[in-house]
Amino acid sequence: MHTRVRAAALWLAAAMVAWAGATAQDLQSFEKRITTKVLPNGLTLILCERPEAPVFSYSTFIDAGDVNDPSGESGLAHMFEHLAFKGTTEIGTKNWPAEKIALEKVEEADNAYEAEYLKRVGRDPQKLAELEKAFKQAQADAEQYVIPNQFTEVAERNGATGLNAFTALDETVYFWSMPENRLELWAWLESGRLADVVPREFYKERSVVVNERRMRTDSNPQGRLFEQFVATAYVAHNYGRSGVGWPSEVSQITATEAMAFHRKYYVGSDIVVAIVGDVNPQRDLPMLEKYFDKVPGGPKPEDMTTVEPKQFAEKTVAIPDNSQPIYVEGYHRGDYRDPDNFVYDAIQDILSNGRVSRLYRSMVRDQQIAADVESASPYPGEKYPGLFVFYAIPLPGHTPKEMADAIHKEIEKLKTTDVTDEELAMYKTRTRADLLRGLADNQGLANQLAEYQTRYGDWRELFLQLDQVDKVTKADIRRVANKVFVPTNRTEAWIETKADVANAPKEGGAQ
Amino acid sequence: MKRLLIAAIAASIFLPAPIVLEGQQAKPWEQIPIPPLHEFKPHQPTRIELKNGIVLFLQEDHELPFINGSVLVPGGARDEDPAKTGLVDLYSMSWRTSGTEKMDGDAMDDLLEAKAAHIETAGDEDSTALTWDSLKGDSDQVFALAMDLLFHPKFSEQKLRLAQAQEATGIVRRNDDEGEIAGREAAKLVYGADSPYTRQPELSTIAKVTVADLQGWHDRTLRGKLIVGISGDFDPATMEAKLRAAFEGLPPAQPAPVRHEMFGEPKPGISFIEKGDVNQSNVEIVGLGTDRRNPDIPALSVMNEILGGGFASRLFQKVRTELGLAYAVGGGYGFEYDHPGIFRVAVLPQSADTVAATKATMGEISGLITKPVTDAEVARAKDAILNSFLFRYDTREKVLRERERLEFYGYPADYLETYKAALEKVTAADVNAVVKKYIHPNELAVLVVGNQAEIKPPLTDLNLGEIHNIDIAIPQPGPAGGQPGAAEKKQ
Repeated sequence: MHTRVRAAALWLAAAMVAWAGATAQDLQSFEKRITTKVLPNGLTLILCERPEAPVFSYSTFIDAGDVNDPSGESGLAHMFEHLAFKGTTEIGTKNWPAEKIALEKVEEADNAYEAEYLKRVGRDPQKLAELEKAFKQAQADAEQYVIPNQFTEVAERNGATGLNAFTALDETVYFWSMPENRLELWAWLESGRLADVVPREFYKERSVVVNERRMRTDSNPQGRLFEQFVATAYVAHNYGRSGVGWPSEVSQITATEAMAFHRKYYVGSDIVVAIVGDVNPQRDLPMLEKYFDKVPGGPKPEDMTTVEPKQFAEKTVAIPDNSQPIYVEGYHRGDYRDPDNFVYDAIQDILSNGRVSRLYRSMVRDQQIAADVESASPYPGEKYPGLFVFYAIPLPGHTPKEMADAIHKEIEKLKTTDVTDEELAMYKTRTRADLLRGLADNQGLANQLAEYQTRYGDWRELFLQLDQVDKVTKADIRRVANKVFVPTNRTEAWIETKADVANAPKEGGAQ
Repeated sequence: MKRLLIAAIAASIFLPAPIVLEGQQAKPWEQIPIPPLHEFKPHQPTRIELKNGIVLFLQEDHELPFINGSVLVPGGARDEDPAKTGLVDLYSMSWRTSGTEKMDGDAMDDLLEAKAAHIETAGDEDSTALTWDSLKGDSDQVFALAMDLLFHPKFSEQKLRLAQAQEATGIVRRNDDEGEIAGREAAKLVYGADSPYTRQPELSTIAKVTVADLQGWHDRTLRGKLIVGISGDFDPATMEAKLRAAFEGLPPAQPAPVRHEMFGEPKPGISFIEKGDVNQSNVEIVGLGTDRRNPDIPALSVMNEILGGGFASRLFQKVRTELGLAYAVGGGYGFEYDHPGIFRVAVLPQSADTVAATKATMGEISGLITKPVTDAEVARAKDAILNSFLFRYDTREKVLRERERLEFYGYPADYLETYKAALEKVTAADVNAVVKKYIHPNELAVLVVGNQAEIKPPLTDLNLGEIHNIDIAIPQPGPAGGQPGAAEKKQ
């Protein structure tokens, strides 16, 4: 045992020398290959030359997500993301001037319907039915101008691959990959939907999004558990709110609200577009500037004032469910700018990264009470103070309580005894390796460059952060563990299987 | 309920106010020049066939200081003893965690992770695999360890028990997620529940697997035709010598046994699985597909693109965009490399829309026959497939994986080129001919997983005959079986 550890430490020292060189080299090589340009409207373009194949990938990173949804409109940022696939005044329409008038009528009809629907006193069912009828008619009138999915059709016909987008709490990201000779076509499409989006087919898309919620949250045991867990952990900050939106709110979002969100947040200063692949800044930048100049300028939207108050009592949520048990717990921690950000990363790595991790060895390998145990940090977002989360799947016959006890035991060790030199070195080595491995993929690299440019104002931080990784000490880990992992800062949630559903055959179940 | 009723009526009466439309306005994107694509020849790996039949692929890539390797071993879950279903899962989990005579799996974890290197094992339907990756400077040592694990594994009783406990967890949880149930049970409707492609591990079958079984499986499969792939920052001559030293001395590889599987169409009709804790249905419409050697594959690919590929497909346009009935809808006629795939179309509507969404989806399948595909649709579909074809080989790693796959299934090395050339020639007449040949709506099976109490109107409104309820209760092992998870319990 001792021999093995010493041997490992020696190899490690050798590896670290190689790493340090490799990383510095990479930053230098990337300095040469990356061009950054901030346009007059505040939008940042990043071009990274990687001409291995005649393709490029892009990532459009909007510094706004569902955390920015106004009160009563949860799910709005995500709803807008869906709208961004519906085309513009120039694509997806047979006749924009006429469609515009028709869409205004849809909005009026929806407002009238919603006003009646939300009446607490004196709602008239007959009037409501008439208003709904008028709303449907207005939608049908507007639809005749639509060329459905023309925006995505043009992209796909031109070879767009991996075409998609996601809305997180902190950000909204659009991306795909394309052959390099379609760069200008892409610039036209992408800048168009950032600058010139219209509320086309909004209300049908809203039912699509409600169905997305049914799939991801309502009909999925883990989805239900995590929504309740986060809602319980937060009392004030929007991180506690359902990202996809509470059913009553997401089903009532209007196109007017979505367009207002667009006006406020889709301004140049809130947007970074990173392109990686067979691009040439000298040739391509003037063309890209011409298109992306169309995005409105405007001030960076003001940040939110809400700060989650300090938690002072442990909270628990027990969900009786038809499915098998799952356990989750979380502790409030700082945001990504917190000086201890990388200490949290180190703790996460040492506790739960792979078969060498403490939680795996304790709960999966030795005690054999869990099939899987993970930690995630920060969750559900990083821009504002998030949670340090632990997540465990008990083996058959074991309970959420056993998961909690076993996790707490490992946490206690972290508070009272230093981690080993080997564990800390392993964290640092793996972090460097993961960074380097991530550079091989155009799409992954585009996402990272856009994200770091947004979060730190400089993509170089992707490499420079390794200095902070290197500075993490054993004492830091003990200090942070003692500060954060305390019961009054904890929220626990779990699924416990209802007694009557333990695989009883269905009534009327035929062979 | 009332709002829904109104919506249902509304759908039938809201015709747009008549207006005159003069086609589409200008299409500015068509004015944007599309220059010729930069010349590109995918970088092919060097292929070396050893005298014993083992094939090596070397793919140099000096961009990053890593070396990755893999050994693909023929034989997978479809080849295991049905009485021990789950064996390959257990084998692939405990192969790596057990380790070798010289170094057990835990010690290997410590050593590798300290270098941010990996050696892993995996199991699949038709193969198992050993993979490794490391920084260039560590690659000799990691390669030696990987070869030790390949040729001298020492399966451990303890690690097998661990794998059994994890497998058991998967078994008892397999009915928790609606989508997982739907995918699994739909495949059973097509291939049959006892088919090598669908039979599922049970607590009783995994309990029967022993360390001797794992060793036996290993010894048997290692005699097959191994395919070794290396990519990354290496010197080719040195690497070739190293691989020859490791693999050249092995006995001649034994050919894979000829398969004698029978495949038939599923029984048409409708089946239902109750899931009381959901508010949407997973609807699967399935039939038997084909295999990739079928000369109709290019036309079928174009048909798939038109039916369910992407935002512009008929299913997406109708069910999601026009009707707003589902977030997720799509599918197509499946083909596998060496056995028939599944024709599978899926839609996930809210419970109350189950009948409407199923009808709309089946309507688009039948619509392939009643509304023949047009030249414009074929042009769109071919553009989408051909313009994105590049992404099948835009990295050296992807080229390597493709070559390994073709080698494994015995396809020619230029398969992608001939496939592309054939795709370019597909016409609307070709697509309509394969529609006629392969699309038989009345022979498809429909599976609904959902919450019966919320499915209104009921499934009987689909007029698909008697509803066959499928019981998915998880069999508990008899007293003699012994549940691995339970055996470990301390109480």
